Amino acid sequence: MTETIMRVCNLSHTYNAGTSLTHSAIHDVNFELYQGEILGIIGHTGSGKSTLIQHLNGLLSPSSGTVSFRGEDIHSSKQTLHDVRFHVGLVFQYPEHQLFEETVFKDIAFGPRNMGLSESEIESRVLEALEAVGLSSSVLEKSPFELSGGQKRRVAIAGVIAMQPNVLILDEPTAGLDPKGCASILRHIKEYNQKTGASIIIVSHSMEDIAAMADRIMVMCGGTNELIGTPNEIFSQVEILQKAGLVVPQVTAVIKALCDRGLPLDTALYTVEDACNAILGLMNREVPYAE
Amino acid sequence: MLNDITLGQYFPGNSLLHRLDPRAKLILSLVYIVTLFLCSGPISFAIMAGLLTVAVILSQIPFFVILKSLRPILILLLITTIFNLFYMQEGTVLLQLWILRITDYGLYNAFFLILRIVLLITGTFVMLTYTTSPIMLTDAIESLLSPLKKFHVPVHELSMMMSIALRFIPTLIQETNKILSAQKSRGANFDSGSLFARARALVPVLVPLFVSAFRRAEELAVAMESRCYRGGSGRTRLRVLKFKKCDYCVLIVSLTVIILAVIARYTISFGMLP
Repeated sequence: MTETIMRVCNLSHTYNAGTSLTHSAIHDVNFELYQGEILGIIGHTGSGKSTLIQHLNGLLSPSSGTVSFRGEDIHSSKQTLHDVRFHVGLVFQYPEHQLFEETVFKDIAFGPRNMGLSESEIESRVLEALEAVGLSSSVLEKSPFELSGGQKRRVAIAGVIAMQPNVLILDEPTAGLDPKGCASILRHIKEYNQKTGASIIIVSHSMEDIAAMADRIMVMCGGTNELIGTPNEIFSQVEILQKAGLVVPQVTAVIKALCDRGLPLDTALYTVEDACNAILGLMNREVPYAE
Repeated sequence: MLNDITLGQYFPGNSLLHRLDPRAKLILSLVYIVTLFLCSGPISFAIMAGLLTVAVILSQIPFFVILKSLRPILILLLITTIFNLFYMQEGTVLLQLWILRITDYGLYNAFFLILRIVLLITGTFVMLTYTTSPIMLTDAIESLLSPLKKFHVPVHELSMMMSIALRFIPTLIQETNKILSAQKSRGANFDSGSLFARARALVPVLVPLFVSAFRRAEELAVAMESRCYRGGSGRTRLRVLKFKKCDYCVLIVSLTVIILAVIARYTISFGMLP
């Protein structure tokens, strides 16, 4: 867990530099991504999350600072930039809007085919990717446009997973899905992480999703990374989160309110289960009421 | 790659030109275009350039923006110059290159043709598209074409279609950029290979773009219908166009200019063009 796979150093990006529309999207972002971890990035709309992740696979080039993958600057040569696209898989927001092929199989195979793999290798990767997102092989010969919204989303994610990237980045993977679909997609992402050992970055503004998934959390605010740490460390700093325009998971807010009333609870509880156990634990004991 | 489209972009502002009635500006631009084609010879072009300079100053649009708007037509200008230089063979020979020769007449012609194109583009941009929002422009077109309603021409529907098309250009550009990035992330290559390979590489961009355009169209139609949109008849407007004093002034000036231009064209011979 301590081996660094990606490192972002003093990254800044300014859109339309030198014109009247100049706009600094991110500045001085520094962080490391470890092998095999799930890093959650949270932040308010316009905090620079999307700009940041587009630097990680070289779609945008930094105005200043560096992004390195396995110790090598991804912009050091054309070849490294080309290769990094396959090592760092990026799933955009609403990825189902990028489906284009006649069949699901062909669409998932688009990435592997661009990598120049053999037909048999492509086929096995497509099947694996399909399984990783929890779809049955009966959809393979269907047109992606006749699937349901949730299925399309999975096909699109499978299209990136089929490249077997070492780092998988997902921008709001659950946006616009029903709770059941959300939970299922997040579960498959977690399974993929455990099975392959790939590092995963999930961008979201849903605290609940991030809290349940991430090993570490990074908070983006005003174009820079305000905080980075384990969920425990992050959710105990309610004030800073609120300053960044974010809300803590509802459970954490409840616990915080209970603490303020004098109950001896740990403020860094962020899953319903933990909170439940903590409160039950208290109830068995003598409870010192503040009022 | 799609960020440098300035053609037909509106620059918000509150200058005299911005505040004019869009119908007055539309008529002014038409008059300006017609007059440009009536022009012949240095004096008339100088007058037109002078008028344009006044318009540019009144519009308060930065000079570099106007220069930038000429960039897309550079190639057109270049080709026009070359053809004119070598096509016109009459007059005194200035330069002889093998069978090609440049004459003073050809040079003269090429120069004024370019001047005409540049004046045409910058003029319509400054007087119309830079200073008039697309909505105002379609309102003006609808209003000026409304007499055609008597002949059952669906004027309102046409102008609504134009407004919608204009409204969605930026959205489509944004969408295209997003799909380009998404397919690049999957290893698509748009910048190398033969012409045929590059054309093929666009399929993964065009298909999703068309799909989303149709999806948007359907959503918009449903949204409009659910707000009881039934087309033009009996519809009132939020902004009613109304001519003010300065709009009448503009009309009078335009009419004077065009009448003078016609008279000048057929009575006085300014230049050496037939």
